[in-house]
Amino acid sequence: MRGNAVTVVGAAETTKLGVIPDLSQIGLHADAALNAMADCGLRPKDIDGIATAGETPVQLAHYLGITPTWVDGTSVGGCSFMIHVRHAAAAIEAGLAKTILITHGESGKSRIGSIPRPVPPSSLNGQFEQPFGPMGPPSMFTIPVLRYMKTYGVTEEQIAQVCVVQREWAAKNPRATFKTPITTEDVLSSRMIAWPFRLLMCCLVTDGGGALILTSAERAKDFKTKPVYILGTGESVETPMVSQMEDFTSSRAFRVAGPTAFQQAGINVNNVDHLMIYDAFAHLPIYGLEDLGFLPRGEAAAFIAARNTAPGGILPLNTNGGGLSYMHSGMYGMYALQESVRQMRGTAAAQVPNARISVCHGVGGMFAASGTIIFSNQEP
Amino acid sequence: MPAPTPETQGFWDGANAGELRLQRCDSCGKNYFPPRPFCPVCASRKVSWFKASGKAVLWSYVIHHRPVPGFKPPYAIAVVQLAEGPRMMTNIVACEQTPEALQLDMELEVVFEKQNDTITLPFFRPAKG
Repeated sequence: MRGNAVTVVGAAETTKLGVIPDLSQIGLHADAALNAMADCGLRPKDIDGIATAGETPVQLAHYLGITPTWVDGTSVGGCSFMIHVRHAAAAIEAGLAKTILITHGESGKSRIGSIPRPVPPSSLNGQFEQPFGPMGPPSMFTIPVLRYMKTYGVTEEQIAQVCVVQREWAAKNPRATFKTPITTEDVLSSRMIAWPFRLLMCCLVTDGGGALILTSAERAKDFKTKPVYILGTGESVETPMVSQMEDFTSSRAFRVAGPTAFQQAGINVNNVDHLMIYDAFAHLPIYGLEDLGFLPRGEAAAFIAARNTAPGGILPLNTNGGGLSYMHSGMYGMYALQESVRQMRGTAAAQVPNARISVCHGVGGMFAASGTIIFSNQEP
Repeated sequence: MPAPTPETQGFWDGANAGELRLQRCDSCGKNYFPPRPFCPVCASRKVSWFKASGKAVLWSYVIHHRPVPGFKPPYAIAVVQLAEGPRMMTNIVACEQTPEALQLDMELEVVFEKQNDTITLPFFRPAKG
């Protein structure tokens, strides 16, 4: 095991989730950051490293009154925060900073103080994808799925089951946006968005934020919070253009980030007690389970439909309800990380009994990027 | 509308001339897309434009049901596999925009539609015969 383990000592989401008309994007970052600092008893002067996406680290440092010796503005979509955790762990191990704050805030629903992200018409996306009428992730992130379905004989009903199972987890979570149980029929009769994807197969759009504070395992003993150890991390990117993915039935970025994290952690999939796979759309848990090595290719949809990832199943997955039912501000990765930390602290709303290892896997920029973090509540 | 760059102008010049132009590495022989002035496999700068056959198969798609300026839903946003190897995004024309009519691996052929004085877009339709 590693000699200089890094831990999460502070973790919190924004005070409210859902519709937050009284905070702008940077205000959501700040609310989450203040909550995370309060969680572990720190103040801005105690923070010497910051990482964020959406806003720049410069904005964040100024707004919160932090003088950092280390900054990271990696912004590759919703998994940016997994990659921040990886970079922050390396920075702490290398002595570049002692106490690092990672923040996310996004006014996804209310669009207060949001920063537009137009596709430049001179970019490769702007020249070779935008002219054909896509409008954001619901019509782009979903394009590979018919090829997956034909290759492995997966049905719309099986994909709908992902949504049904995650709603069961959300029902256990008072902070989840959608808690009312749904059936496969509800999913398959919801409004068509981009066939084969219907409304209930797509994530929510809400306001919120979250923040994490990392420090060395050695220093973590001085904090009142239960330390959550970072056992392994991975990251990768593939292509900004969904049309140029190497394989429409699998993500290369997943297949690099996931195994890198498992190798560093020195564990295999059988050691995992709890799993988060960023679910902006219903197919992502399927791709993630296969690309991380939990299941052979083509078997994940049936695995989920057989309730293996549902409450009471052998592999608890997306236990907060996920982007499909809990919340999704736009860059959801932070909320997946928060749920992994809660599970390792033993404070989750739908707590997995005796969970010791949690894997948190993110996707970003649709299938452009990926980051994987493996947490434990056991000192390595 | 696309804003061509010096590295992609050859593709758009081809489209205006009714040709689907791809690039080939003169060093390793790889056919590739989207355009760039070097090979994405071996990094050789010795690359050439060539006229592709325009033949393709339907690789994957969604049928978009939401309003987008310039489009009449429902319409398919598709990725086609070109006979020469690369894949590209496009729309499928001269075909019903339904799951029944749009079968994966169906054979397609390129057609060009002029959009304005500088841009002609490549679309694909079911292959004839």
